[in-house]
Amino acid sequence: MFKQLSDGEADSVEIILNGQSLQVTMGISVAAAALSHQQGFTRTTPVSGSKRAPFCMMGVCYDCLMVIDGKANQRACATYVKEGMRIDNQLGVGPIMENTQ
Amino acid sequence: MKSHYQLLVIGAGPAGLAAATIAAEEGVCCAVLDEQATLGGQIYRSIESVPEQRAQKLGSEYLRGKKLAAAFRESDAEYHPNTKVWSVNNEREVGVLQNNKARIIKADQIIIASGAIERPVPFPGWTLPGVMQAGAGQILYKSAGIVPDNGVVLAGSGPLLLLLAWQYLHAGVEVKALLDVTPLINQITALPKFPRALLAHHYLTKGIAYQIELKRAGIPMLFGVSDLRAEGEDLCQRVCFKHSGKQKTIESELLLTHFGVIPHIWLTQSADCKHQWDDSQQCWRPEHDEWGNTSIDGIIVAGDGAGINGARSAEHAGRLAGLEALNALDIISQKERDNRAVKDRKWMQNEHHIRPFLEKYYQIPKKLLATPDNETIVCRCEEITAGEVRQAVIEGHDNTNQVKFFTRCGMGPCQGRQCSNAVAHIVADESGKTVEDMGHFRGRPPIAPLTLEQLAFLKKEAV
Repeated sequence: MFKQLSDGEADSVEIILNGQSLQVTMGISVAAAALSHQQGFTRTTPVSGSKRAPFCMMGVCYDCLMVIDGKANQRACATYVKEGMRIDNQLGVGPIMENTQ
Repeated sequence: MKSHYQLLVIGAGPAGLAAATIAAEEGVCCAVLDEQATLGGQIYRSIESVPEQRAQKLGSEYLRGKKLAAAFRESDAEYHPNTKVWSVNNEREVGVLQNNKARIIKADQIIIASGAIERPVPFPGWTLPGVMQAGAGQILYKSAGIVPDNGVVLAGSGPLLLLLAWQYLHAGVEVKALLDVTPLINQITALPKFPRALLAHHYLTKGIAYQIELKRAGIPMLFGVSDLRAEGEDLCQRVCFKHSGKQKTIESELLLTHFGVIPHIWLTQSADCKHQWDDSQQCWRPEHDEWGNTSIDGIIVAGDGAGINGARSAEHAGRLAGLEALNALDIISQKERDNRAVKDRKWMQNEHHIRPFLEKYYQIPKKLLATPDNETIVCRCEEITAGEVRQAVIEGHDNTNQVKFFTRCGMGPCQGRQCSNAVAHIVADESGKTVEDMGHFRGRPPIAPLTLEQLAFLKKEAV
């Protein structure tokens, strides 16, 4: 869907996105990383299991919720990538307690 | 962060930065609180960190933010990023979330400069992955240099669409089409407002220049488009619409839409400020005087959060609000306030010349705002369709809040930010009443979701 232009000179960090290790530009949001490295959805809704992806990128739609470092309901557009961060699509309500299934 | 400030400014966009800068000059104990990690709000997103190469391609209006940011940094105002304001009450107690802990702090004067959000307009397929708001595309580009990979369709109505198309053109992105849903009749109904718009002709000439450039680049621009829908299996694969009486389809995995912007009123609602329905801007906004004073003592609004007037106007409104706060704090006299306000007032008046024309020209048809297709989801969070909202009205729930209680529209994490306008229009349409009569979802704190863990840190602070 999206790609990263090489119009800046930022370092990269390693993240693990849905089990896959990736190098992404430092300082970008998790949503930006997801949109530029995978196709399709980043969560399924609790009500009907429908597939969703980031919509507003400014923190007011809550459609970009992902599981970040084991914590559910994190707005991916408002969270910024860090070295070693684990990011997973949120399925339904996601894990209730950190690091549980 | 202190537990008490003379002046708290909520929002680090143009209005907030300008207000804090002018107040801090007079030695006021002042802080700017902002949810984002960097300053600039949405319009000047990433203004301090944007690489030079990218900044040049974003247009001259965007670069204006650099001056504002620099002046703010020079001032003595405190700046608290990553700080979410989840409550403001009518006694100016402010609930904040910082470092995962909730706190309540107090201020003598508050300037709410929380800006605007995209007007969310539901249409079939708008919840599919790959359908996003145009502002989202801008944010990805400004903040991360991320642009569409396999082309994009832009659709909707409003100047932002044109700007984004131009920005994408210069970034080498394939804009498959720009689908303008502005009714062709608007070109006639907006004519009476045109003469006044000529007083702000730089806006008009810029818009025309962008259009010419896009046309020269061969980007298809279709006007008077209707029946917009996104289709696909679990993600957006094509955009369908009606144009010149024919059904058309464009294959695309990305559709960015824009239907104007509306004030983000969740904080002013939280503070019990009175709001009014603005028919011309088609939005709810807080009632305020020419300084930004709301109906609540000590709470001032400035910028697009007060009413949509654009980024330049927001700067001036921010300074006026700052001057008003200084006067209310007895730091400057009314006379000094009035004298210092002259230039900003004049500039604001100039900015306003374009507005009546823009608002009339880009007026979104009620038919589109009232989500005609009953299968379309209106409340994205709770997945309530337009049909379910209409059914609620038929069963006797004939205003926005009644429909909320009955259907759960607006009870999800976004708290109605993406559905309240559509619900109000559908209910008005179905019940034969005006949108004004419908009311807005009653907002109560916290105006953003908090976890119990975060709230558990609240404790009484010795002031």
